Amino acid sequence: MKAAGLKNNIFKIVCAVSSVSILLIVAGMLVTLLVESLPAFREFGFFNFLTSSEWNYSQDIYGARRPIFGTLLTTALALIVSFPVAIGTAIFLTELCPEKLKGSIGTALELLSAIPSIIYGMWGLFVLAPFLEESVQPLIKKTLGNLPLIGSFFVGPLTGGVSLFTTSMILAVMILPFMTSISREAFNQVPPILKESSYALGATRWETMSKVVMPFTRLAVTGGATIAMGRALGETMAVAYVIGNRHAALDSIFSPYVTVTSVMANEFNEASGIKLSVLFALALILFMANFLVLSLSKKLLGSRS
Amino acid sequence: MKRIEKRKITNLIALSASILCAALGLALLFLILYHVLVKGLESFSLGLFTQDPAPPNRAEAGGLRSAFLGQGLLTTAAVLAGVPLGVLGGTFLAEYGRDSKFCRLLSQLCDMAVSIPSIVIGTFVYAMLVKPFGGFNGWAGATALAIIILPVVIRTTEEMMTMIPWTLREAAFALGAPYHKVITSVVWRASINGIFTGILLAIARVAGETAPLLFTSFNSSFFRFNLSGSVPSLTVSIYQYAASPYESWISLAWAAAFMVTIMVLFLNILGRVLIKLRTRG
Repeated sequence: MKAAGLKNNIFKIVCAVSSVSILLIVAGMLVTLLVESLPAFREFGFFNFLTSSEWNYSQDIYGARRPIFGTLLTTALALIVSFPVAIGTAIFLTELCPEKLKGSIGTALELLSAIPSIIYGMWGLFVLAPFLEESVQPLIKKTLGNLPLIGSFFVGPLTGGVSLFTTSMILAVMILPFMTSISREAFNQVPPILKESSYALGATRWETMSKVVMPFTRLAVTGGATIAMGRALGETMAVAYVIGNRHAALDSIFSPYVTVTSVMANEFNEASGIKLSVLFALALILFMANFLVLSLSKKLLGSRS
Repeated sequence: MKRIEKRKITNLIALSASILCAALGLALLFLILYHVLVKGLESFSLGLFTQDPAPPNRAEAGGLRSAFLGQGLLTTAAVLAGVPLGVLGGTFLAEYGRDSKFCRLLSQLCDMAVSIPSIVIGTFVYAMLVKPFGGFNGWAGATALAIIILPVVIRTTEEMMTMIPWTLREAAFALGAPYHKVITSVVWRASINGIFTGILLAIARVAGETAPLLFTSFNSSFFRFNLSGSVPSLTVSIYQYAASPYESWISLAWAAAFMVTIMVLFLNILGRVLIKLRTRG
């Protein structure tokens, strides 16, 4: 009997140590990133580093404003484009799709969100970028390009499609399957009795969707979009191919630009000294941003139940 | 126009728009698969597994045998480190630490860790295992992948084991089995399919990871069974060859992209089938 108790204790301790490993790794990551990025913050000052748009190799002066702005802008554009399409697709899948197709389309969507981001990136570079430049860019130039004041922002150079715009679009495609799956699940969880009551009052399908189902699932859908946002913020490979990694003022959405991840992917391996520390600081910022976004999504998803 | 007609028209427009969205979204996503399949098959040959990459712009593109081997070694090492640690850790959270607040915190932390951008993990491993040792090495690459696997496996193990009804454990306790015996020969056996599916999905995830390998195992063209020094991988090869200006290298990248996609899809489908078997049986 004693031997069994001893074995049980050993097993318990081994398991406990394994479960604590994740805490050690995450804490270790935070500490390492902090320590490694300290020289950069000391050299440039924390707020100055965040707000400076300098990126000067010869004088070794760096600021994070452009990469951060690029990451925020591409993510925002991706969400703006992807969100309505995801909601539309989810409505189709829950309300209109023939029963037979529902399961297979749902599975296909989940499989598609498992495809590695480098595949999306490669497709973006060789298929989407040229297509957008040839077909979509002239269209936007003709329409939005004529707007007063901000028009010039929609007229840009021909770069083979390597641009902030293409990056946002490939991110939009990448987060689409995930956002659709989450919205679909949320819509499916609406109690049928709510929808039936709405139909009984004579509401049309769209009225039921927009006035009953959507308000009911608002938090879950927003939570899903927040997780998708986290993915887009930290996405590297799909972005690295098509953003162009150009450190210059953004004059048009069709110009190449930089994001936090594109700078890291392109410049980390050659970096040393203060530059390396700057890149660690960017990694730290990304780590913290992701943490914040996830806490937010947890709150949104958790407050429903 | 009558009010009811207006409402009907709005309904029609909104629903048509949603059908259009679905068509657009699904078409885009299948277009990606289509291009990967067509371009991948075009450049696919058996030489892909047996040859080394040829210098650019030859008639023969060569193959990526070193990248296949490297990817296999990196993934195997990552699985050997990450899976046992993850399963044991998940077991603790589901069994011994069931009622502890600290353990709830740990599973929340795992959820966070699952979505840490993989490039950040790459920089962390670079600081720990590359910089101090003076160069890129495969061990660092495998560690980065293991860090990605770990939280996924912990969480699935925990979830699958909590799904096992408590009465099953009570039955085993009543036979006089100590807790560790109950876990290993009852709870694990009951949840093995789910745990295995989680492991498969975790492997599928790291099979396509590129960013954490860029600063850790990097790339090399040597064909060897060793994780010291730079180790080539399919994904980093795709990244470098697709960005090159040479036709033959780009077609090599498509072939590799095709193989990676097939592998990831295969693992995902296998995992789904396993879960289905479980719920039926």
